[in-house]
Amino acid sequence: MDRLLIRGGRLIDPKNKIDEKLDLLLAGARVAEIGKDLKAGAGTAVLEATGKVVVPGLVDMHVHLREPGREDEETVASGCLAAAAGGFTAVAAMPNTDPVTDNRAAVGYLIREAIKAGYAKVYPVGAITENIAGESLAEMGGMIDAGAVAFTDDGHCVKSAEVMRKALTYSLIFGVAIIDHCEDSTLVGDGVMNEGLVATRLGLAGIPVESEEIIVYRDCALARLTGARLHVAHISTRRSVDVVRRFKAEGIKVTAEATPHHFSLVDEAVNGYNTNAKMSPPLRSPQDLTALREGLANGTIDCIASDHAPHHYDEKETAFADAPNGVIGLETSFPVSYTELVIGGVMDLNTLIERMSTAPAKILGVPGGSLAKGDPADVTVLDIETTWTIDKNAFYSKSRNTPFHHRKVTGRAVATVVGGRIIWQLR
Amino acid sequence: MQFKRKHLLGLEELTAEEIRMILDTAVPFKEISERQIKKVPVLRGKTIVNLFFEPSTRTRTSFEFAEKRLSADTINVSIAQSSVVKGETLVDTARNLEAMRIDMVVIRHSASGAPAFLSERIDSNVINAGDGWHEHPTQGLLDMLTLRDHFGKLEGLKVVIIGDILHSRVARSNIWGLKKMGAKVGVCGPPTLVPRQISDLGVQIYSRVEDVLSEADAINVLRIQLERMQSNMFPSLAEYNKLYGISNKRLEQAGRDVLILHPGPMNRGVEIDSNVADGEHQVILRQVTNGVAVRMAVLFLLAGGKPASAAQAASMLE
Repeated sequence: MDRLLIRGGRLIDPKNKIDEKLDLLLAGARVAEIGKDLKAGAGTAVLEATGKVVVPGLVDMHVHLREPGREDEETVASGCLAAAAGGFTAVAAMPNTDPVTDNRAAVGYLIREAIKAGYAKVYPVGAITENIAGESLAEMGGMIDAGAVAFTDDGHCVKSAEVMRKALTYSLIFGVAIIDHCEDSTLVGDGVMNEGLVATRLGLAGIPVESEEIIVYRDCALARLTGARLHVAHISTRRSVDVVRRFKAEGIKVTAEATPHHFSLVDEAVNGYNTNAKMSPPLRSPQDLTALREGLANGTIDCIASDHAPHHYDEKETAFADAPNGVIGLETSFPVSYTELVIGGVMDLNTLIERMSTAPAKILGVPGGSLAKGDPADVTVLDIETTWTIDKNAFYSKSRNTPFHHRKVTGRAVATVVGGRIIWQLR
Repeated sequence: MQFKRKHLLGLEELTAEEIRMILDTAVPFKEISERQIKKVPVLRGKTIVNLFFEPSTRTRTSFEFAEKRLSADTINVSIAQSSVVKGETLVDTARNLEAMRIDMVVIRHSASGAPAFLSERIDSNVINAGDGWHEHPTQGLLDMLTLRDHFGKLEGLKVVIIGDILHSRVARSNIWGLKKMGAKVGVCGPPTLVPRQISDLGVQIYSRVEDVLSEADAINVLRIQLERMQSNMFPSLAEYNKLYGISNKRLEQAGRDVLILHPGPMNRGVEIDSNVADGEHQVILRQVTNGVAVRMAVLFLLAGGKPASAAQAASMLE
């Protein structure tokens, strides 16, 4: 039996309300013991964590691994290694691959590739509709059997309210979340950035906030109608957060996630036609950014998810309107979140860990987010002291499309443990 | 005094002094076009490429005249844009130009920011001949020269741009340039074609063209593009003409002199009636003449020419 002792660190477990200096002993891929001054017996590897913070493995519930179809941008292996380097022990993989992950075989493929790679775990998210065409429901049951944990047509919004209603209703069989990329495509039109003064100055087509808010409201109302679980992907506007809060207060089962780029950057980041500031939904206004931070602080927004969207260098090296949407985020998510939210005074570290580990695990219905005896041995060791500069050329991801290149941040993962095995360590 | 920038990408970043320098430099160059032999050797030996990703006859021809009258060697490259064949990427086009050691590139592209993109990747001077909805700096400059010629100044002038402001690079360049020079700028058009945030730039939004004609010293009438009607920004050209068209009747009702500019080409009977287009208040053809002079000035200054010697350069005979 493989044994690993993580010694001398500050153990933070938000679910079990632990925050103190404790040693953690992992055995046989499970948490065996938590205590002070644990002894490493024979055959026990030791990971020194003095001065570091030890937390339940971080989970990123919105990641595009690009395999199958765009292995030039990322693969399951490279994406899971990038995840591990960012401190993530598990990721939820989005289904807008090529071919689309809308059947049990495709789901099984992803799980197998992740096991082969041996880095972060992959929890596949299946497509809601066949081929993400927005018309007929895909086989949710078959996909769940094969290991899917939720469903989304992400990349696209479920255009028809009727189809969304059916999807939510059908999902009641499995009790899983239906994740929506909330936007009215007709209002988005040819828009490439937030509608506002910056877009007017740059001569770029704008996307009004209402394009998201209308669908967030629609989906919440459908969640109320059906009693099913809705999860709002990458929420980006002040009023979207208001809507989610009101429906939560009514007891409707809606959860939401926000990305680090949305709570750190505004539409001014597009100045100079920076294609690494282009994503969907777009970067918004300062008022929206503030509302996202408040939402994360008070729990209206349940978790942080990166929406890691790799793009080949060639595709982003072009005029703004022609570049594809998306930025990567696995390797910058924790450092940016820690710097902006904890050092920025928006929340304490315990809450941040809850938002990045316990909450996403809970929404996906997977084990994790806690380090009690018997829990899976998925652990992240964090350095929250060191200030460093993000260098996209040092990323493990195959892609380089980040808006955070050269940004000074504090905090990073220094070791990632999955199933009791160290899958990545900072050199 | 010298023009210190390497590129002309837009008027937003220029200072009033720089704009004044270009306009003043254009004056002696105007005279060259009046001569029998329309040529001076100022840019002899320089290679200039007119890289047009969007079709254009008048702007390209205007630049070509400007370049040839300064004795530069010019090449026109028209890149047909097809959705099926994406063709050579913008980056590769840039690199190929670099490899051929082009001195200056005049670029027109349908994507806002394309000239800026190019300028960050090649060593040549880059001149924006119109990028998407963003800017058309030489048009803004020639409009200002035309206004200055007529009124003797730009400061305090009330200039209103009428038409599709949302999609107009001509409107944006005019707004930046005129505001820098102290003019009062307004816009007028169907609300679907006027971005509300434009007022944050210190521009007054007029809802009725009649109000514009009773206040403005000059109007710049923009061409209404057929695609806008097809995307239902307004119901029909006839309705546009009825609500916003510049007609003799409207001018008479205003009862005052308003100078009329138009970047061309005109849709007679849509944004401007034929009798107005051919009438006494328009200076449309003067704009065209000024266009060549302004472009000569821009090329001269970017090539390192000193404004003080522009008059001397203009008087040099081949």
